[in-house]
Amino acid sequence: MTWQLAFLATLDGLAYAALVFMVAVGLTLIFGVLRILNVAHGSFYAIGAYLAASLGIAIAAGGLSPWLTFPALILAAVLVGTILGTLIERALLRYVYLKEDVLQLLVTFAVFMILEDVQRLVWGVNPYFEAVPLRLLGNISLGGIFYTNYQILVLPAVALLILVGLRLFLRTTLAGKLITAVTEDREMATAIGVDTGRVYLITFVIGATLAALGGALASPTTSLVPGMGADMIVLSFAVVATAGLGQVEGAALAALLIGLGRSFAVYLMPELEVLVPYLVMALVLLVRPEGLFGVAQRRRI
Amino acid sequence: MAGRLNAQALLAVAAVVLIAAAPLMAQWVKVLLTIALAKGLAVLGIMILLRAGQVSFGHAMFYAASAYAGAFVGRWTGGGELFVLIGAGLAVSLALGLAIGVFVVRYRYIFFAMLNLAFSMVLFSILEKFFHVTGGSDGMRIARPTVLGMELERAPFEYVMFYLTLGLVVGLAWGVRRYLASPLGQALAAVKSNETRLEYLGMSARHALLVGYVLSAGLAGLGGVLASITQGLATPEIAYWVRSGEFVFIAILGGAGTVAGAFAGAVVYEGVRSYAAAYFADIWQMVLGAVLLAIILFAPGGLVGLAERLTGRRLRGGSADPAVAADQARVGER
Amino acid sequence: MSRFSRILSVAAVGLAAAAPLALAPPALAQDAPEGAPEELVIGITAFLSGPASVFGEPAQAAADMLIEELNAAGGVAGVPLRALYVDEGAGGEHVLSEYRRLVQEEGVDAMFASISSGNCNQVAPLAEDLQMLNIMWDCGTQRIFEEADYRYVFRTQAHATPEMLATVLYLLRTKPDFQTIAVVNQDYAWGRDSWNIFLTALQALKPDVEVVAELFPAFGSPDYSAEISRLSALRPDVVLSTAWGGDLDTFVLQSAQRGLMDISTFVLPLAESSLERLGTDLPEGVIVGGRGDHYFLHPEKVGDADYDAFVAAFREQTGAFPIYPVFHVAQALSALEGAYLGAIEANGGAWPDREQVVDAMAGLTFAGLGREVMIREDNQGLEDQLVGTTVHDDAYDFAVLDNMMIFDAEDVTTPVGAESVSWLSTLGPEMLELEVDSFSHTGP
Repeated sequence: MTWQLAFLATLDGLAYAALVFMVAVGLTLIFGVLRILNVAHGSFYAIGAYLAASLGIAIAAGGLSPWLTFPALILAAVLVGTILGTLIERALLRYVYLKEDVLQLLVTFAVFMILEDVQRLVWGVNPYFEAVPLRLLGNISLGGIFYTNYQILVLPAVALLILVGLRLFLRTTLAGKLITAVTEDREMATAIGVDTGRVYLITFVIGATLAALGGALASPTTSLVPGMGADMIVLSFAVVATAGLGQVEGAALAALLIGLGRSFAVYLMPELEVLVPYLVMALVLLVRPEGLFGVAQRRRI
Repeated sequence: MAGRLNAQALLAVAAVVLIAAAPLMAQWVKVLLTIALAKGLAVLGIMILLRAGQVSFGHAMFYAASAYAGAFVGRWTGGGELFVLIGAGLAVSLALGLAIGVFVVRYRYIFFAMLNLAFSMVLFSILEKFFHVTGGSDGMRIARPTVLGMELERAPFEYVMFYLTLGLVVGLAWGVRRYLASPLGQALAAVKSNETRLEYLGMSARHALLVGYVLSAGLAGLGGVLASITQGLATPEIAYWVRSGEFVFIAILGGAGTVAGAFAGAVVYEGVRSYAAAYFADIWQMVLGAVLLAIILFAPGGLVGLAERLTGRRLRGGSADPAVAADQARVGER
Repeated sequence: MSRFSRILSVAAVGLAAAAPLALAPPALAQDAPEGAPEELVIGITAFLSGPASVFGEPAQAAADMLIEELNAAGGVAGVPLRALYVDEGAGGEHVLSEYRRLVQEEGVDAMFASISSGNCNQVAPLAEDLQMLNIMWDCGTQRIFEEADYRYVFRTQAHATPEMLATVLYLLRTKPDFQTIAVVNQDYAWGRDSWNIFLTALQALKPDVEVVAELFPAFGSPDYSAEISRLSALRPDVVLSTAWGGDLDTFVLQSAQRGLMDISTFVLPLAESSLERLGTDLPEGVIVGGRGDHYFLHPEKVGDADYDAFVAAFREQTGAFPIYPVFHVAQALSALEGAYLGAIEANGGAWPDREQVVDAMAGLTFAGLGREVMIREDNQGLEDQLVGTTVHDDAYDFAVLDNMMIFDAEDVTTPVGAESVSWLSTLGPEMLELEVDSFSHTGP
């Protein structure tokens, strides 16, 4: 493996890791606060992607400036996150907070199944490809190989922004501190008067929006097909479990590990590429059972 | 006490009689029921783990490993003998269950679920990737094996598989009930409610969970090899995480915590799935998802819980006092 | 004839008079032969969900349209046809149990199965067991008739070997001096098998070719960055991909975006089904195949009134031009009709039973929307293969094909009784001297 190939593998891994991070960080936030593993998270990713593509097509059809497709990506994510997220949290999740973990998980599993068919009914089965934002930014030549600026610059930049932004949000703003408090100790937070219902809603919406943003940002790079949500879910689970539940910085590191691992595997041992996320997760958990940055759960006696 | 047991036994016997009579009506229903009951065995395994408060999102790996073991043995012995194939499948799933269980029982809740998921996805990927060995995504065909040395045509073979599966189901249902009533089985419930106190009593929680895990792996494996031999093929798809999710779904649908619920749920699920996919081709997943939601929100006791409410009988153990019963009727406890 | 059939015939006459288009020339409804049932029912398996629904949905739309036209002209020998569909996207187990249910409960007269090679592999022995006439209408695996003999299973199209061989021959004719090749195929049976066949043929005809990379990304992979970077570094002369659907779209678009398509010549044997979707993002100079002589601007059929009418009607109904699954299902329906008509004739004008229909399939020649196909003695269909190179034409907002060659089926299909890979390694340079029909793009 020459330095040149290692450099290429790193570049490839970065963009992939950025997307996975965006989805996984939403999942880990939701788990940290609501203690629910949201199987429908992949559906937010997929619907965010489809909506972004639809908006792009509408912009082109309306003859508007193609640069509007960039804000359209953000708009798609926000719409999906707020509308769908609020709907699911208020109409369904709210009723199962007091139920068993298994049932909560299955509720999200049921939502996932329903949303898979909703996607198909709304957008059909043909692959969608709306690459306008990517095309607008052109290519860059690195080491004799062409990369798209979108992939090399935009995706990692947005992921970094989200990482920093979330850190600031969780540590400095009031809402963020409330979320952190509920994550640390739900009972105590309730005891001091925090409106946990509101915190749950806000967290879920933020998590869903982040997943949808991942999807929206991914949509110019790839062909959107039914089932894309299901594949993303497992990957995000792997990242979240590796990172430790509720850990934002950990999710970034785990996403990077998995993204780079995967792209290096394509160069070194292509046949193992699909196994990388699960192998990383299994290995990390065998050494550190709570995840890389996980906090050991207190046991009741 | 005697009245409750009678109700339970009555229900079981009625179910068995009905099922035994059904194939005399429709040929293809036999195959459907055979596969449903085989899946019910896997769900039974999930139910054992639910007793301990743990969900595995990876039991499809035992189902699949066993199916492929049967397929390989069948291929190597030119068709093979039915009981040898089943034995091979069971052995492989038990061995795999032990190997993975030893690691996995150290974890709880989400990590337990996710580790199982990871291992099952590793198996899925291997089955798909190693195309030249496993036939990749097309899977492996399982030719009809001989039954105790006799070569059978399709129709008699399907009868044999049906009654064999039914027999195993009845036997194992009884066996699992006995196990759950035994100290090891009761220890599982203790793992759920308060693991540390269990250790204070001198029992290893890990050991209890491991026994339960290996047992559940064997059940899932048995289901897998039976279903695959009936179907005549083993594909990587049966190791996918959504399949594991379906097992858990069925456990809840049937009524988590009851042995009868596992099989009632499996039969209903397979039936609904077949007809939904046939008549609502576009939206069958949505239909299933909605059914699951309805069960969780309005009938958390699952089908067995519904049957209890309708007949007014207590079909599971527990107090007749609704307040106490509601408290007891938490997932997996009864 | 029953009263119901009589009413149906009258209605059919009325419809035939009113119908603006038909595959057969509009005629009075045929009187159904004696002993005819009220309707013919067939089961068709196709992907109606999942990624391969890009094939199943157009095929279903086409089948519905063609059956409607057929029934408007009276049906199959006067008996109307009805199709029941099975969704392959619900999984292999579902296909098998629905297959059994349709045969044993619905009492279908014939089954068309499947799109997926995996399902074809599983269904064939089941069909043989159930003694059900089974037409493999779309799957590409070459294994079925090479590994066993069947009585009830037929294929009304070619398979991977002629498709890949024709592509190799076209490549060697148009770019004889290339030296290096790389493959990026989906990682499943089709991807692996098709590469194996292509490589064997290529190495037999051009032994000094160098394979610089063999990449098999996971099926459904959304991102080919790493593969494209690697190929950009290796700079092969030719890049082959037998991918289809969303995967092909993604691979082509990402490759085009990063300039890989300027470096290497891309060979995409299944890209005919993606032409319209890819638009002008598919550059010129790409070698494209259509799994048969399937292409909406078929050089021998464009200008034929019935053909043009069908293409226009299909476009109006579905919003897209027909792709190869549409042609395949047309062939299967045509074969079914031909078999029944042949069996009726052999039966002296009376309605045949299933065994007689199966007998009539042997040696049958029929035509769907393209050239004639013949069923040879091992039940395999002989279908000519069209390969072309992309060009841009302002009349279309997507790439179309030029410099098309149609290879004769007999030349490129594995002989009866031979195994594909062994046969391919025996090929010699005389394959490059074959006579082929050549066509240019003539515009709309």
